[in-house]
Amino acid sequence: MSWLNLARLNALVLFAVFCVLVLSSISRARRGGSLFIRRIAGLNAIDEAVGRATELGKKVLYVPGIMSIDENQTIASLAVLGHVARMTARYQTEIDVPNKDPLTFVAARETVKEAYMQEGRPDLYNDSLVHYVTYDQFAYTAAVSGKMVRERPAANFLIGSFYAESLLLAETGQSTGAIQIAGTAEVAQLPFFVCACDYTLIGEELYAAGAYLSREPAQLGSIKGQDITKAIVGMYIVVATGLLLAGSTFLKRILTIQ
Amino acid sequence: MRFLRLQLPLFLTALAGSIPIVAFFWSPNGTIVQTTKDWLEKYMVIIASFALLLGVINVVQTNVKKIERRQAGWHYGLFLLAGLVGMGTCGILGAIQVGPFQGIGFRPDGSRTPFQWGAEFIFNPLQATMFSLLAFFMASAAFRAFRARNVEATILLIAAAVVMVGRIPLGESILGGRPYLAHFTDWLMNWPNAAAQRGIIIGAALGAASLSLRVIVGIERSFLGIDKSE
Repeated sequence: MSWLNLARLNALVLFAVFCVLVLSSISRARRGGSLFIRRIAGLNAIDEAVGRATELGKKVLYVPGIMSIDENQTIASLAVLGHVARMTARYQTEIDVPNKDPLTFVAARETVKEAYMQEGRPDLYNDSLVHYVTYDQFAYTAAVSGKMVRERPAANFLIGSFYAESLLLAETGQSTGAIQIAGTAEVAQLPFFVCACDYTLIGEELYAAGAYLSREPAQLGSIKGQDITKAIVGMYIVVATGLLLAGSTFLKRILTIQ
Repeated sequence: MRFLRLQLPLFLTALAGSIPIVAFFWSPNGTIVQTTKDWLEKYMVIIASFALLLGVINVVQTNVKKIERRQAGWHYGLFLLAGLVGMGTCGILGAIQVGPFQGIGFRPDGSRTPFQWGAEFIFNPLQATMFSLLAFFMASAAFRAFRARNVEATILLIAAAVVMVGRIPLGESILGGRPYLAHFTDWLMNWPNAAAQRGIIIGAALGAASLSLRVIVGIERSFLGIDKSE
């Protein structure tokens, strides 16, 4: 057992429990078990936003955050981008995806290209739909804000990992009258999006977006497993708090990860 | 073809995603997994720099096309290309130390190289201008958010007003130097606010873990541009 870091054994057990719960939920969903996933208003509003852009004959602006592809929020954002791109291909609406990170740019381009292929409209796709801007945070913000003001997209999607630029982008978009759907798991940026956007995907809703939109049983099953884990964590917090108040540190000690 | 398009990317994703997890639980004495993890991180930087080159090529192509076709805002493209070529040339010539371009920072005599001059007197002020806009946007967003339209919005308005006044010396002077407002502000931030934030953080952390698991086992593959039916 010398290869195992015994100080992290508790984390390993928790990790195993989480994996078992998620994978068993996926397996149950694949076998056709019933799944209830609550409605997420921000994701249901995607159809409305793209529809509005189509009616107005204006473009859809999709900002996939400023972080690279090694960030989970970016991966979640690309799943939403695939759905939005399929809709813009179906309705023949222009989509514009400016990128800050070069790796995200390459992945976003593949995602949009694939979406247009799936909808049977490769003729509508061209490389200028997904383009690179700059690696600098505020230069990127200036470029995207400028696009919002000059080109007046009818729908702005700000989904992914955002930092100081979140309010700059959301307020500029708000001032142009565009319908705005935002989503991030950065807790410090959520209030800005809630203030300035019509719909906001908060934390876990962003990570669930790809599964929710795909409606694939396997993906929806993983959300179920995640929810069961969340219920267990909630119960643990209640019990551990009760024990701590009674003077016992047992539950606190067994879950302290080094 | 199916191997290159589907199986290989999914295998590489599963492998690259699993190694950091294994490294976390691996004994600190074992170096093989840790070395592989460090090696992967270094290669990611190398791959990202190649992708950056792709990005620069895309910027040039997009803006040259815009200028050629005299599309709306083509003159912005001209400025962008001038900046790219100007700073790029100063940086490259500075790196290979040609003529007055001795490096990309300060010269040994303390004078600025052209690259440093451009960064200090053009780029940094432009960045600061963008960042300072945040103050004005915060005010306009707060004005919209803090309207007492219903009970929840009124509670938000009162809590925000207390925190804003409690964080500045004015709050203390209103109550004759007694720090009641500051203490109430701290309580609001450390208890109700922290509790709500932790709820979001726990949910987001489990969501991120679930997404990672979907990526590693190959259920979530949209970021690879692969159709779910494949």
